[in-house]
Amino acid sequence: MTDNTMNSKEFQQAIAQDLLIGSRCLNCGNISIPQRQICPRCNSDKAERIQTNGRGTLAAFTVIYVPPTSMAEAGYNAKNPYCVGIVSLEEGARISAQIVGVDLSNPSAIKIGLPLKQTFVIRGEGESARKFLAFEPA
Amino acid sequence: MTKKFSRGVAVVGVGMSKFGVFPELTSRDLFVEAYQELRQSVQKGFDPKDIEAFYMGNFTSDHFENQAHLAPIVASWVGLSPIASTRIEDACASGGVALRQGVLAIASGDVDVVLVGGLEKMTDLPGAKVTDALALAADSMFEIPAGFTFPGFYAAMASAYIDQYKADPDSLLRVGIKNHENGALNEKAQFNQTIGDVMAGKRKKAEQKGLPIPEWEDEMAFMKDLKANPMIAWPLRLFDCSPVSDGAAAVLLVSEELASKYSDSPIFVVGSGQASDGALAERESLSSVPAAEKASKHAYAMAGIGPEDVDFAEVHDCFTIAEIMASEDLGFFPRGEGWKAAMEGQTARSGSHPINTSGGLKSKGHPVGASGVGQVVEVWKQLHGIAGERQLPGTLKYGLTHNVGGTGQTCVVHIFEKRN
Repeated sequence: MTDNTMNSKEFQQAIAQDLLIGSRCLNCGNISIPQRQICPRCNSDKAERIQTNGRGTLAAFTVIYVPPTSMAEAGYNAKNPYCVGIVSLEEGARISAQIVGVDLSNPSAIKIGLPLKQTFVIRGEGESARKFLAFEPA
Repeated sequence: MTKKFSRGVAVVGVGMSKFGVFPELTSRDLFVEAYQELRQSVQKGFDPKDIEAFYMGNFTSDHFENQAHLAPIVASWVGLSPIASTRIEDACASGGVALRQGVLAIASGDVDVVLVGGLEKMTDLPGAKVTDALALAADSMFEIPAGFTFPGFYAAMASAYIDQYKADPDSLLRVGIKNHENGALNEKAQFNQTIGDVMAGKRKKAEQKGLPIPEWEDEMAFMKDLKANPMIAWPLRLFDCSPVSDGAAAVLLVSEELASKYSDSPIFVVGSGQASDGALAERESLSSVPAAEKASKHAYAMAGIGPEDVDFAEVHDCFTIAEIMASEDLGFFPRGEGWKAAMEGQTARSGSHPINTSGGLKSKGHPVGASGVGQVVEVWKQLHGIAGERQLPGTLKYGLTHNVGGTGQTCVVHIFEKRN
């Protein structure tokens, strides 16, 4: 049996424990976040799990005024928008996440390159409450 | 090594329904409209029994119409059973990929005559459900939980583009104004209105309701007015986004050797390329669409031409920033120069590189599975000099289509040539 331990659900299980995990290719050293068994750069299937330090910078972002159903259910709307972005992690991979702790009243003041650190947000209430990865200014 | 088709492929007929909101029509009704127009467009006529295969682009009739397995149903609806009928799903690139599959089927020698269709019936669902259905094209495990929407993805790309090239955000609004100018001359467009027409409509409505009549200095002032043009996902506003649409389009492909049987003025598919990519966050560049560049390079090499030879292009402007990035990905302008070209009018009908003379997805409408096929209808019209008031001047030889799925996970490019 092949050793395929980097299954995709593991990432979300780690988030539930306040951890942001990834993988390092044992052949070329490429970092993948989320973790994956087969390296997208060299195609090796030998990888090890890593835990990131949760630090990075803002690479791209938007402030969303028309949310999808899932975010509308979490209370977001045109009057209560939210920021979502792509974060370049110090380890060298990028990830999509909500960005909290920034001034939503003036999106042009949010700057690409802003140093960020990982945090976690709960969306939903009671039994439907779930934890999600987010970043905030470092 | 440059790849070539094993044999040539020609387009001998095209058709499309009007794009828009049609509560009384289903996707198959819309396809009938497109197919009937196609039948009229084949110069020497054709027998439907000649058609040997049907490739149909459709993103998600499963969600929009509670109907999967749509290709044989549509084929039967227009009397084409029992030919091989296949639905192609590559999100908003479904139509362009269906076209490519039809081209490849003929080039392979397996069939001589292929009908390509594209259709989507989106407006039966409420707006939020449409947004959710479109979001299925993104990575549901690692992108959607972040809170992204499709306008949000392209807005994030716009933020990276504006930051990297110090671009003027007004260039986005210019793309919208230009595409509405073109769409105003296209009777098939969902919004065949200029922004000036939209402004006049709003003033009239206010007058009828006895409300204060809004005034704007010019179209740009309207586009910058947050009340008239609200923010959807900063920096993208309502008029930066293509609409939710119903529509269908169809193209008849034949092998090059059979082309003269159907038409004295076919157009030839001389280049075809397709590429893929991972989720947006995984990409080297957030200010371009790498798969579009790869697909176009393949198509250019096959056609033996470069971007400088292309007379006009129909590009996938699902959002205004997408058109600016496409104008660079396709090689019409150097990196970081596309926004300036948009500001200077170089992509207008009178410019050096006309883009989206049809009005583009922005103004013509974006019934997602139909969009990539609908683009070919405009190329056909322009190359034949039958585009009416929006006809480009001079002799046109090469037209290009560029169709994108998701944020660029799928890109497909075709180059068409009109000979003599």
